[in-house]
Amino acid sequence: MITPGLRGFVLEAPDGDDPAQDPLPAVLAALAQAFSVTAEPGAPGSGTHRRIWLDTFDWRLYRAGLMLEFEQARRGGRLLLTKADGTPQAEQRVTRWPRRPGLAEDLPAGPVRDRIVVLTSPRALLPIVRAVSSVSVTRLLNADGKTVARLIADQLTVTAAPPGITGDTTAELPLRLAIAEVRGYPGQARRAAALLAGVPGVSHASQGVFSAALTALGRHPADYTSGVEAEITATMPASVAVARLLLRLLDTLELNVDGVLRDIDTEYLHDLRVAVRRTRSAIKVLGGVLPAELADHYKTEFKWLGDLTTPTRDLDVHLLGFDSMAAQLAAASPADLEPLRAFLVRRRAREVRRLAAALRGPRFRAITDDWRKALLEIRDAPGQASRRRREPTAAELARRTTERTFRRIAAQGAAITPTSPPQSLHDLRKRAKELRYLLEFFAPLHDPVAYRKVVGDLKQLQDCLGEYQDSEVQRAEIHALADAMLAERAAPAATLLAMGEIAANLARSQAAARADFVTRFARFGGPAGQERVRVLLEGRP
Amino acid sequence: MKIFATYNIKGGVGKTTAAVNLAYLSAADGYRTLLWDLDPQGAASFLFRIKPRVKGGGKALIRGTKALDDAIKGTDFENLDLLPADFTYRNMDLILGGSDKRPTRKLAQLLRPMAAEYDHVFLDCPPSISLVSENVMHAADVLLVPLIPTTLSVRTLDQLTEFVAGFNGHRPEVRAFFSMVDRRKKLHQEITKDLTTERTGVAATPIPALSMIERMSVERAPVAAFAPSSVAARAYRALWSEVGPG
Repeated sequence: MITPGLRGFVLEAPDGDDPAQDPLPAVLAALAQAFSVTAEPGAPGSGTHRRIWLDTFDWRLYRAGLMLEFEQARRGGRLLLTKADGTPQAEQRVTRWPRRPGLAEDLPAGPVRDRIVVLTSPRALLPIVRAVSSVSVTRLLNADGKTVARLIADQLTVTAAPPGITGDTTAELPLRLAIAEVRGYPGQARRAAALLAGVPGVSHASQGVFSAALTALGRHPADYTSGVEAEITATMPASVAVARLLLRLLDTLELNVDGVLRDIDTEYLHDLRVAVRRTRSAIKVLGGVLPAELADHYKTEFKWLGDLTTPTRDLDVHLLGFDSMAAQLAAASPADLEPLRAFLVRRRAREVRRLAAALRGPRFRAITDDWRKALLEIRDAPGQASRRRREPTAAELARRTTERTFRRIAAQGAAITPTSPPQSLHDLRKRAKELRYLLEFFAPLHDPVAYRKVVGDLKQLQDCLGEYQDSEVQRAEIHALADAMLAERAAPAATLLAMGEIAANLARSQAAARADFVTRFARFGGPAGQERVRVLLEGRP
Repeated sequence: MKIFATYNIKGGVGKTTAAVNLAYLSAADGYRTLLWDLDPQGAASFLFRIKPRVKGGGKALIRGTKALDDAIKGTDFENLDLLPADFTYRNMDLILGGSDKRPTRKLAQLLRPMAAEYDHVFLDCPPSISLVSENVMHAADVLLVPLIPTTLSVRTLDQLTEFVAGFNGHRPEVRAFFSMVDRRKKLHQEITKDLTTERTGVAATPIPALSMIERMSVERAPVAAFAPSSVAARAYRALWSEVGPG
């Protein structure tokens, strides 16, 4: 059996050489010292192949140390999952690859789908690099005329996909060479590899094809993250730090617009909304260091933008959780809920159209363009807005705002009793979110250990408050949906009964979250939690 | 994993050429295939240009001191590997006899772990009736018996069928096929025609005596590889579609 070539080399055309000259004869001459060499047209793997490397927009496979390649064949092709170093992990034939970027969930069942779906869901797989690979195979024969190794030469032309991200769109990679071992003849393969390594211009391949292609195309893997990660320092003027932070959020927002417009997957909208919420929170809590009229204007604009995206996101949440919601039904059957799913899908299509129209409209364009311009001015001309009084530093602003927000949460939370109205928990959730954002904004200024402790406690509290409120909101939405379905005569009785059961399940989750609140809050807002926040802000235990 | 074995008590009846070509066709169909050349003469190894030598000899393989896996060589063809012959295989009866409590089941036991790696295994047996051939019959799922169309060889087939029927437990399916058929000989024609209709287990496809098959030793490759559209290659292909996995 032909084992894949693990001894990889690249052949760079030596400087001054005619680039059009075929470099392969020099390689073959070197190998001819020990073997008879003969071309093997039609050998398995030879010929022209189209290959596509896929990952999610936020590089989930790459971050998990994996690479996914689709090798196109006449009908469908083969999906290959490997580790970053090329070690095979799983392989799967697919008869058809959707033209549009696809969800791993939509692939037919198989070993590759099973491995990746848990990592990528709910994100779509996007083509990152396309390549046309022209492979020639040469047999290396011993004195008996037996094939004892093979030379595989691969000339790749790579294209960035989706196009127009950054850098060059097409590049030709240096010729890649490999010696493939024939089973039972390892010594001969080693010998061939040694001869190959001695050819001028040939060097060991330091990168896999995918990495080499990314480098050649000027793309950096994992170049998107939904995190804040603004470049701020403790001593920079607060207004500059806030402008940098808001610019970074604007970048994230804009990077996601295309995916929302093309409706590639639901996470573009999610990330866009997070960027909007963070922006609103930053304007509210930190906006004091910006010109007042600017902060006021964009407070309104970003509220408009946030509200615009809410209906679609709510429907996404229903649809993403649909199967697990249906699986929890005890009395009704999951099939009873199908009319609801169809209804949600129809509504979503309508909402997406409305959202896309607004994102293509002048108000949205004015937000992004003018906001950027205003922020750039502040970032590049520090101190002008507040020349008369000394401007606080980023560290001072971080400390003051974080401390104040924490104190408010501690006071509000402590006042909540088992009889407090739901609104008191909703308000607390908003404050908790503000604090979380503040912590994330100023993360570069904090000690990482102290930061992780405070964020850990806060996250626990937020999960509980989130569960409480989301259950309530979803229950209200189920009621509203039932009304709407009745109005459109789209609701069989069985569906309404199943929806009733779901509403009951949501009420139970909400009650459980309410019961959990006291302990979660005590951990965060009690003496130990307060001490952790003090350590974070004062920098010593 | 399905194990095919070409077997006949007589030599020179086309066992090796059948094993080599059928194994090649199996691999070409996409089945991961292993051919074990059990004949110390090493004809199958020679036809694939592989040296008839196993480090440590047959003893090391049978006794398990050398893993079967380590002795396997890749042929020039995708999906087709070969376990070469070794001159020490001439003493295989002795090695098998001294090896185990159940000396007739040793090969079956050695082949079992190969199931993860191969879909089909072909065993090319030396002529004779011996402990080796008995081992092969116990290991095989299909016993492919080349017959030269003579009355005598028909009797041999009867003996073999009877012998296998006496096995306890696993019994291979006996599939005979006519080999080295000379169309000019009336007797060959008659026996071929009568037997394929009268007896079950005899393949309808005969392998004719052809110089192209003899050329294999010059080309050192399966006839289906170097002359894929020849009469000989077509005959082996027809035989494979009859006796193969469907």
